[in-house]
This record gives sequence, C-alpha cells and structure tokens, in this order.
Amino acid sequence: MNATGIGAAVKRKEDFRFLTGQGTYTDDINRPGQAYAYILRSPLAHANIKNIDTTAAKAADGVLAVFIGDDMAADGVGGIPCGWGVNNKDGSAMAEPAHPALAQGKVRYVGDQVAIVIAETYTQAKDAAETISVDYEELPAVINMEAALAGGPLVHDDAPGNMSYDWGLGDLDAVNEGFKNATQVSKIDIVNNRLIPNAMEPRAGIGEYDTATGEYTLYTTTQNPHVIRLLMGAFVLNIPEHKLRIVSPDVGGGFGSKIFHYAEEAILTWAAGKIQRPIKWTAERSDAFISDAHGRDHITHAELAMDADGKFLALKVSTKANMGAYLSTFATSVPTYLYGTLLAGVYSTPAVYVEVKSVFTNTVPVDAYRGAGRPEASYLLERLVDRAARETGHSQVDLRRKNFIPNDAFPYQTPVALAYDSGDYNASLDEALKRADVVGFEARKAESERNGKRRGLGYSTYIEACGIAPSAVAGALGARAGLYESANVRVHPTGSVTVYTGSHSTGQGHETAFAQLVSDTLGVSLESVDIVHGDTNKVQFGMGTYGSRSLAVGGEALMKALNKITDKAGKIAAHCLEASEADIEFKDGQFSVAGTDKSMAFSDVALTAYVPHNFPHETLEPGLEENAFYDPANFTFPGGCHICEVEIDPDTGTVSVENFVAVDDVGRVINPMIVEGQVHGGVAQGIGQALLEGCIYDESGQLTTGSFMDYTMPRADNIPNMDVGNTVTLCAHNSLGVKGCGEVGAIGSPPAVINAIVDSLWGLGVRDIAMPATPQKIWQAIATAQTSQAAE
Amino acid sequence: MYEFEYQKPSSLSEAASAIKSADDGSLLAGGQTLLPTMKQRLASPSDLVDLSGVPGLSGISVVDGNVVIGAMTTHAAVAASADVKSNIAGLAKLAGCIGDPQVRHRGTIGGSIANNDPAADYPGACLGLGATIVTNNREISADDFFVGLFETALDDGEIITAVRFPIPEKSDYSKFAQPASRFSLVGAFVAKTSNGARVAITGAGQAGVFRVPAMESALNGDFSAASVGSISLPSDDLNSDIHGSADYRAHLVTVMAKRAVDGCG
Ligand SMILES: Cc1cc2nc3c(=O)[nH]c(=O)nc-3n(C[C@H](O)[C@H](O)[C@H](O)COP(=O)(O)OP(=O)(O)OC[C@H]3O[C@@H](n4cnc5c(N)ncnc54)[C@H](O)[C@@H]3O)c2cc1C
Repeated sequence: MNATGIGAAVKRKEDFRFLTGQGTYTDDINRPGQAYAYILRSPLAHANIKNIDTTAAKAADGVLAVFIGDDMAADGVGGIPCGWGVNNKDGSAMAEPAHPALAQGKVRYVGDQVAIVIAETYTQAKDAAETISVDYEELPAVINMEAALAGGPLVHDDAPGNMSYDWGLGDLDAVNEGFKNATQVSKIDIVNNRLIPNAMEPRAGIGEYDTATGEYTLYTTTQNPHVIRLLMGAFVLNIPEHKLRIVSPDVGGGFGSKIFHYAEEAILTWAAGKIQRPIKWTAERSDAFISDAHGRDHITHAELAMDADGKFLALKVSTKANMGAYLSTFATSVPTYLYGTLLAGVYSTPAVYVEVKSVFTNTVPVDAYRGAGRPEASYLLERLVDRAARETGHSQVDLRRKNFIPNDAFPYQTPVALAYDSGDYNASLDEALKRADVVGFEARKAESERNGKRRGLGYSTYIEACGIAPSAVAGALGARAGLYESANVRVHPTGSVTVYTGSHSTGQGHETAFAQLVSDTLGVSLESVDIVHGDTNKVQFGMGTYGSRSLAVGGEALMKALNKITDKAGKIAAHCLEASEADIEFKDGQFSVAGTDKSMAFSDVALTAYVPHNFPHETLEPGLEENAFYDPANFTFPGGCHICEVEIDPDTGTVSVENFVAVDDVGRVINPMIVEGQVHGGVAQGIGQALLEGCIYDESGQLTTGSFMDYTMPRADNIPNMDVGNTVTLCAHNSLGVKGCGEVGAIGSPPAVINAIVDSLWGLGVRDIAMPATPQKIWQAIATAQTSQAAE
Repeated sequence: MYEFEYQKPSSLSEAASAIKSADDGSLLAGGQTLLPTMKQRLASPSDLVDLSGVPGLSGISVVDGNVVIGAMTTHAAVAASADVKSNIAGLAKLAGCIGDPQVRHRGTIGGSIANNDPAADYPGACLGLGATIVTNNREISADDFFVGLFETALDDGEIITAVRFPIPEKSDYSKFAQPASRFSLVGAFVAKTSNGARVAITGAGQAGVFRVPAMESALNGDFSAASVGSISLPSDDLNSDIHGSADYRAHLVTVMAKRAVDGCG
C-alpha cells in the first residue's frame, strides 16, 4: 500500500486551514462597492398581504433599494422550482403550487420572504426594514398534518386537501395475501420528529452583476453550485450559463440543508442586477431556524405479517410526510424514492407495500437532511422489528438473523424497486455483538438495578442507499436532472496535479480522500495534488455533494479520468522509451519497459507532455489533461449494525448513553480516519434526533423552538465515546468498491437508541417512547405505565 | 443591536450618576444576558454604563462569619475560590454549573441576581443561604430582594456592590438542567444554618425563586433526605413549558431537594 494512497489514515489536508481560522467562507468574502441586504420575513404563519408600504424604508438612511414580490413579478422572475416530480397512485402528476421568491399576495409560514432591503450597511438595512408596514389579513394556519388532510385551511388554493401527492409503491395484492397467511402480526405507530439542521455556518450569499460583461456572479453557501446555476439560471432568472457564475467557497456544514435552491439566492442575484452593485446577505441564527429547510417529520402506521416461526411474510406501511408550505428542491423525492424503496431493509420480506401522502402545512419547507428518507425507513423498520421480536418471543438477534437476506442471494431484487448488489448482514451483527459485550449485559443491568437505575440494550441492523444516482433510474422515477458526476485531472508540467471535481465539499475531507486516489494511482505525493471544487467557472460540471455520493460517484469519475491520464502518459512513455505501448508498465510512479531496466518517472512524462520536442503529432497530442463523466450503474448499499446501551434514572427520566457500537459496511475504506469521523458525526446527529432535538410549532404556527435556548442540539457531554468498526463487502459495480459513509451514522443510530430505552422500560409496562426521548417524556411514560399497571 | 452610548466610569459614584443621567441606561456587567438581548433587538438602552472600570467591585473575602462576594466577581472565580469551597460548598458547586466556561468567565453574580431570571441559579443560593444584597445605597435581605419574574427590589439605577453570604453548617445545590438552555428547570439549594434549615427552589416557580417552608420544618426535625422525600409541592404555581410540565417540575422539586440534602453530607 502506498503510504498516502487508498486505505491510509492520513491527516486531512484541509484541517490546518479550518482549525486555524483561515478558511474562506462566503461571509469572509467582500466585493468592492458591496452593499448589504436584510430580508424581511413574515411574522405570521398564514396571511393575505393587503398592502406593503415601503415609503419610509426607501427614504431611510443609507438605503439603496427596497424590493417586494410585485417588483420581481414585474420583471418576469419565475418561481423557485422543485427538482423531482412524483406521481399519484393513479398516475396523475403531483400538485406543485407556485413558490415565489418574495411572497406575492400571501405568506405561508413564519419566515416566508416578504421584502429585501438593501443599504450601505447591514444595520441600516435592518433599521429600515422595521419601518416597512405590511398590512396582513391573518388567516387560520394549519400546522398539524392530520388536521391539514382533514379539511384544514388550504395552504395553496391549487393543492386541494393540502396534499401534493398520494403515492404508492409495491404489490398490494401480494401484501394482502401475506397478511392472509400470517399467524402473527406486529403493528406500530411512529412519529419521525421534525429536525432543524443547524449547520455551524449560517447560509449567506453575495449577488453581483458585472455591467461590462453582463455576467452575474452569486457567491453562496451551497452543496452543489452547478445545480444552483441550472435551477436559478434556467427556471427563475433566465440567465444563460455562460453569463452566470456560482461560487461556493468553503462551506461550514450542510447536512442536506444547503443542497436546495433557496429564494434568497435568486433575490440577491436579481437585485444585484437591479442596483448594479454587489449585495451581501448573511443569515442570523434566528433566520436559519425559520428559513433553512427542516428535516424528517413523518407520521407512519406499519404492520408486519409473520408466519408461526417469525419469518416475515409481508409489510404494509402508510406514511404522511410534511412538506411544509412549499415544495423545496428535493422534498418530494425524500419520502418516496429515498424512503419507500428502502422498506425491505436487510430482510427478505417477499412483499412490501408503502403509500405516502405528502402534506402542505404552514411551516418551513421540509427537505433532505442527513440520510434523507433512509433514516425514516430504518427507524420505522428497526422499531417494528424490535417490537415484533418482543411480541413473538424471539430474541432481537434471532428474529433478525432468521430474516436477513442471505449472502448467497446477492444481487438481491427487493419488492420495492431496488436491487442490492452486495452485503453480509450477519458479519456486521457478529462484530457488533462482540464489541458491545452483549454477553456481559445482564451483569451490567443487575449492577444498574442495584443503584436504582434501569439499563437497556437496543439493536439496529440497517441498510441505506447511497451513491445517488444512476441517471436512468432517477429519471424514470421523476428526477428532473441527471445524477452523474464529472472530474477533470490536469497534470502540470512538473508533475503536480490539479483535480477539478463536481463533487463539492461541506467539510467532509474530499481534499484529502480524492488526493489519496490521485496519489495511489499516479504515485505522486499528497502535497502535489490540489482538489478544486465549488466554482462553476473553474469546474467543468457537477451535481454536488449529498446522498453520500461524493466518493461513490465523484470518486469514480476521478478514477475514470485518472485512468485516461495513465493511458495517455503510457503512450508518451512508450514514445520516449522507444518501446511499444503494450510493453509499458506503470508502478509506483514509474513507467518502465517490461523486461528491461528502461524507465521514466511520472513527472518526466508530464514534463515531456508539455515540452513535446519530438512528438509524432499525428498520433500523440501534447499536454496531459483528461476529463471524465461517470454515471453509476446502480445505487450503493451501505449497511451495518448499531448497538446502543443506555442507563435511565427513573427518578428524573434522564437517559445516559453508556455505550454505542457502530459496525458499518461502507465498502472499501479509502481513509479510515475520515470514515470514523463521519460515523462519529452521524451518530451524534442520530443521538441528537433520538434524545434531544425536536422542532415544535404552536397552534398558530409560531416556532416555539426558534433558538438554541429551546432547540436542544447535541453537545459533547451527551455523546459517549463510540466504538466504531467496519466489516467490508465491496460494492459490486464501481471500480473502487466503495459505498459511501456520510450518512450511515445518522441512519443506523436513532432506532438503536430508542430500542435501548424501550428495552430498559419494557418491564415497567412501557411499550413506546417518541423521539426525542426527553427526560420529561420518559418520566411521564414510566408514571403512566405504573398508573395503568396499578389499575389492572 | 441598536446604537447606544458607551460609558466606562472609574468610580462607584461616577457610575451612579452616569446611570441616573442617562435617558434609558443599563448597567453592563459581564454582558452575558444583556448583550444577547440587545443583539436580538429586545433591549435598546440609550447608554451602557460598564462597571468593569469601577474599583472594588470584584473579589471574595471572608469577614465575620460571612463570605462576601463583590458584584463583579465572575461565576468562574466563585467556583474556583478556596474560601467559597471550604466555607459554602453548595455555593461553589452552584457557580460551577452555570452555563459553559465562556459564560462563567464573563458572567457576574451581580448581573445574575439583578436580572433575576426565574431559571437562574444564583437566586437559589441567595435565598437558600439568607444572603444580604449590598448596594450603593443600602442592604437588602434576599427574602425581600427577589420580587417576581425578572423583578427585584432594586430602584432604578441602584447598583449592587456585593453579596454577603452567612456561612452555614453545610449546604448543597442540586440542579436539573433544562436540556436546551441548561438553565435550571429545577434547582434546589439546601442549607443547614444556625437559624435552621433553608430550602430554596429556582427554575420551577411562576414568580421566580421561592422557599419551601414544609421542607424546612421537616429538616429542622430530622435533617435527612427521607424527611423531604415525602413532601411534594402542589403544581398550581409552577411553570409549565415544552421542557417540563408543572407536574414534572413538582416531582423534580422533591427529587432535587432530596439530592441536595444528601449532598450536604
Ligand atoms: C449561553 C449562556 C448560558 C447561561 N447559562 C446560565 C445558567 O445555567 N444559569 C444561570 O443562572 N445563568 C446562566 N446564564 C446567564 C449568566 O449567568 C449571566 O452571566 C447572568 O445572568 C448575568 O450576568 P452578567 O454579569 O453577564 O450581567 P449583564 O448581562 O451584564 O447584565 C444583566 C442585567 O443586570 C444588570 N446589572 C449587571 N450588574 C449589575 C449590578 N452590579 N447592579 C445592578 N444591576 C446590574 C444589567 O444592567 C442588566 O440588566 C447563561 C448565559 C448564557 C449566555
């Protein structure tokens, strides 16, 4: 193994910059003549706008301009588009109401954009915004999904019943047949709690218009600059690609929330053209809470049919998914193609049917958040399997093993569209059982009980789909874009390398992992490789970073380009060494002629490529630069086993996560340290969802958890030292064998935590606990169970 | 934040006149409550009168059976003080569970009690120990000082200079933190003093910090966790919010009081 190549736990190249405060984030950028914007947001969840009076604001100190929805409409600006069309069960198209960037006539959630005020300073803009008088006619708001579907006030007149779609997947007849043959049925009702992403860096943007060239530039905190260019240029502002540049420098976390094309991006870019000055906007944390797309928010009922032996016969799932007030970019795909298709899990259940109603409410739009659909699927399944084991008298391990898809069944076609290429679910379960010292659990439990505490163990054997996505499949399922990736490798004359990748980074470590691929393939040092991303004027094209796709799709594109480089370099070496191409071997950065001691270093080949004094130009072009696009053949399917051990203080309801074991199969590991870090972060978010984070709206649509004083982010002391390990089955359809590791932590962990809590309280009569399992909820659940047991 | 005038007086009398003559001035201590409030535009003082240049407001001393803590003394200084730890263990512990290290190194005891947040910790110690609040004009007993939610007996512009804590026989503080803000959802300060036991509860009451006479008399009979364990408060006057219903808080009052009595050793 090359010391800096595939499999090496090298330190992250980008960390010096990040840890010493020298990163360049969007808000660090300042443009000459820059003005500042404040976005005025709706204080009401649902209201007609009768009038907006901006006279005083326009006359206020330092104010350059104030724009409202009418101004954008007058310029023919389009609505914010949705990137994925989902059809109803009957084949008809989903309801897709217009989403104006600045509200037109109506506001639909607290936080909806109402006006932009642009001034010489941010404070002036904010002061002036306070003088805008908006005449709102308040309307009854609908917050709760059940109420929205049951004839609640309409969020959009053109979305009857507040439904965007009523979608189904699977063979309902086969499922009904399975239930007919069942001897045991387990049922569960699950709420997957709404989360507020809270990336450390708030969203920000600078819109700019160059009067000399007619080019617009938007600096923005996005995970996918080219997608923003396409959506905003083609659908919203009508700016052709060659006149629109999107720059997304260092991004301080995204977790999905920075995938989407946000209204502010279009407003800033458009307004910069109007006033012909650069305009900067940076969200305050309070803005972030009410304008970054939220995550999750499902209500589900599910039933699992089993035979007498505990074999799963059929699964039937009915879900309501909150869309919020508008369809955000990928919102529609999350509860359908990223959720319903995962409901076979790691089990050989022969029949699965899922139906999903997506619901409009007067809340912030909901979209992909770390895991996007797959955490909802794994949470549902693993909670249901846990319950089934308890109800049928199986151990958690036995019931799972009995139903695992066996190793010899791959490739395995699930009843819900996906075909898994590889996996070994017993291997990760075995490894996790060992690491979690499950054998010693009873003794630890007895010790806890001696101290007046309760102890529980919870399992999750999950699967997810990454490497998003084969364009043909995505397209057939309604995606309005292709989901390939591109890479350009430019070898410089002295052998250093610049890679232009369409996979952006929000801090995951691509500058290191991608450089390791280059080092491994070309035999060059890590220091001589730079990875460039995040600028549409530098990078050829790209679909960005999300769905744990960067390595599995972007890395594969890079490998394809690197292979073209070694091919071309081999030709040059053959020419220089006066050998036939077929005799050229390449190893450890040296080209040599087989069976001879003639050789040439990669850097010399590079130099020759740019100093081609004696090239036969008809057959050999100068230069050493290659481009590749890679479209995956299938999704990748990371999976694994998480085991969580908790101790509960029944006096207060406090949960302490005593141990957390994560054994994940992410395919081949390029950098074990980065993988471990990704799992740590993902599990921290999963524990956050399970124990701490819960977004709450009041009846009128005000966000009760609108700051860190009320929205509980996980902190270091909530998170245990984790034991993270891997088992490996290679992805069968990409050259690296990689599957993706960015989301496994957040997907696998929540059910393990909640199952552990249920395990610890089952003996008291507690049957369920909703996320987040706060001390109050646990105390209440214990109290209620005790009261009802006393009554019996 | 709106614009304001910044003043940094160098004596107590200058500070007093600066705050008197300001239109709508605020004293500034550690800024850990005031500045976030201003940033959110929820407060808009015309003037900030910064007390950090006033000599003699900071420091800890032991005088005549009392621990005297200057108003500008930070939470971190109190938590780390050998004098506080050895004389009033519960007070040192309390200071050490306020906020996070950054907050503890900026926030002050004077600022905390002047603000009288119903979920703040220090009011529990003041009431639980029968402290005396010393101002530039007078002395106020803790029993009279905490008037209601964010309300104290301080007059406009009155400046706290120190807090005098009588040294108890023993004391402890037990805090159940609100999960998000980590202010107290329920905090119980228990002290055994020469004048009898005192139990003060913060975080739970609709009108802020309060004493629990039933627990105090039970402890006067038998200073043990068991004697408070059977006393539960009615939930009628307790706070209720997304983090804790009044019933849950009532339950926690008993649990935390028990733990504080145990902690007294
Ligand atoms: C993240 C965070 C977490 C926190 N967690 C906790 C917690 O767990 N428990 C807790 O109790 N507190 C907590 N706090 C509040 C913290 O303890 C504050 O420091 C304290 O409430 C105010 O003290 P200060 O010195 O910062 O006062 P400032 O913010 O400067 O002032 C607060 C108020 O007191 C007035 N004032 C200040 N000094 C005097 C004086 N000498 N005389 C008269 N009036 C005065 C000011 O005019 C102002 O109205 C937290 C704060 C933050 C930011």
